[in-house]
Amino acid sequence: MADLTGRTGERVPTVPTVPTVVVDGIDVVYRVGGTGAGRGSATAALHRMLRRPKTGKASGVRRVHAVRDVSFVAHRGEAIGLIGTNGSGKSTLLKAVAGLLPVERGRIYTDGRPSLLGVNAALMNDLTGERNVHLGGLAMGMSRAQVKEGYQEIVDFSGINEKGDFITLPMRTYSSGMAARLRFSIAAAKDHDVLLVDEALATGDRSFQKRSERRIRELRERAGTVFLVSHSNKSIRDTCERVLWLEHGELRMDGPTEDVLKEYERFTGGPDRTAPRPKPAPRPKAAPTASP
Amino acid sequence: MSQVLDAPPPTPAPAAGAPGEDLAALAARHGLSVSGARPTLSAYVRQLWARRHFIGAFATAKLTAQYSQAKLGQLWQVMTPLLNAAVYYVIFGVLMQTKRGVPDYVPFLVTGVFVWTFTQSSIMAGTRAISGNLGLVRALHFPRAALPVSFCLQQLQQLLFSMAALVVILLAFGVPPAPSWLLAAPVLVLQFVFNAGVSLIMARVGAKIPDIAQLMPFLLRTWMYASGVMFSIDRMVSAQSDLPSWLGTLLQANPAAVYIDLMRFALIDSFGGSHLPPHVWAVATGWALLAGIGGFLYFWKAEETYGRG
Repeated sequence: MADLTGRTGERVPTVPTVPTVVVDGIDVVYRVGGTGAGRGSATAALHRMLRRPKTGKASGVRRVHAVRDVSFVAHRGEAIGLIGTNGSGKSTLLKAVAGLLPVERGRIYTDGRPSLLGVNAALMNDLTGERNVHLGGLAMGMSRAQVKEGYQEIVDFSGINEKGDFITLPMRTYSSGMAARLRFSIAAAKDHDVLLVDEALATGDRSFQKRSERRIRELRERAGTVFLVSHSNKSIRDTCERVLWLEHGELRMDGPTEDVLKEYERFTGGPDRTAPRPKPAPRPKAAPTASP
Repeated sequence: MSQVLDAPPPTPAPAAGAPGEDLAALAARHGLSVSGARPTLSAYVRQLWARRHFIGAFATAKLTAQYSQAKLGQLWQVMTPLLNAAVYYVIFGVLMQTKRGVPDYVPFLVTGVFVWTFTQSSIMAGTRAISGNLGLVRALHFPRAALPVSFCLQQLQQLLFSMAALVVILLAFGVPPAPSWLLAAPVLVLQFVFNAGVSLIMARVGAKIPDIAQLMPFLLRTWMYASGVMFSIDRMVSAQSDLPSWLGTLLQANPAAVYIDLMRFALIDSFGGSHLPPHVWAVATGWALLAGIGGFLYFWKAEETYGRG
């Protein structure tokens, strides 16, 4: 797996001075149709359309302000953790950094092309694992020769064939754990300049988790910068020296892992407490439910 | 989450201690490029070419996945068009005894239906190419034009199966094989380029306004009735002398009608060159180039905006 792109992975740990990702005051806004004001009968919708044709809420489109005015600079050789409660905008920020989600305001500058570790969307459940390895590899921008070369390593790493010839069966027949392992193996088969990892470490059984953590470390050694989204403070502590804390789409804290995690744990109610927080969350200010 | 709001706000993050201008300057000093910016046209074409294997693999995968749950599997690729043709044969050939003054009416009709279906499903798939694949767009980097083009390629593969069925039907109805059958290849190439171009246009429109996907079936059906799928435009134009001449010209210049008639000309011996409008190959090529190049440029212009829901 290590030499799929044939790059030598020698990265001397330098003093973090060379910026690889510069995020300059970005806002990301989702537009969601068919909610809130879109409720009601067809005639009501028609009525709304006729009365106020263009204004945001009246047309049944809600704007969800997922990331607000976030700025930071990431340097070569840094591993940065992203933390925050559910729906705080971590994954959205990651996708914006990857250049996959257009930003509403602000700019993101990157060195090379940041890649999200994830290939799920390109895979098809009705196809065999074998064909999905090919399809996923091509979707990530590998050449046919690279896919062919890396094929056996991907299959071996996933361990799909440990219990029989499963790679030639359609993916829909896999258990959820097996499918997740194959997806991770395909995604991790490529080297990246700036690597963005979104909760990928929690798949598979214990032995696979160990293997995938090792793989992430390898990837990180060869990538310039790694971003890691996780709800496991332990894996953040293990991998990252710097942490960004997002809350309601705003950057709440940015600093050394220990400092930020201490604040965050205090905020979420003590370390290692997994007690469910009161869930019906108060409505975010930016996206109030529209009352027709 | 209620503590979230009540908790005393910690000190706001020092945004690297620099106002916006400095960050831009810092990025410029280290030669960083803007993430998610639109590539230049030549770079875009190169990227798309580099992804040609993905485009092909994605199209084939979609096509294969279609029938993978069926017991007969890929046999349905040929069975579906054959059954379609059988329905038309029963209704128009046996029940209604339709001829509409066209010799070899059933081959005429089936050719029209297959060729039209290629354009129709390409455009429908193109309309949903971006809006229906946001997950893919938001997960991976690739030139977004790969999606509509790939969907058109899938439809082309589908049509090739239909053409195999069509050969069987032609022979069954006593249409002799002829060297002119080879003309089907350039017609398909031109039609594919045309379809891909229109799909690219519709993909951009559909990405911005998903509602268009609800409207398309009606527009496409209207277009179908104007394209001479079930009747001969040439005959209608010459038979109805009260038809204004510009309308006749318009009907004959309709790209779908042009490709359908060219395919009939290639495959059916009784459909001679006299049924074709003047300069038909030039018109067919012109439509392909206009839609192909125009659609590609139009799609590329909004490349950086795809992915916003």
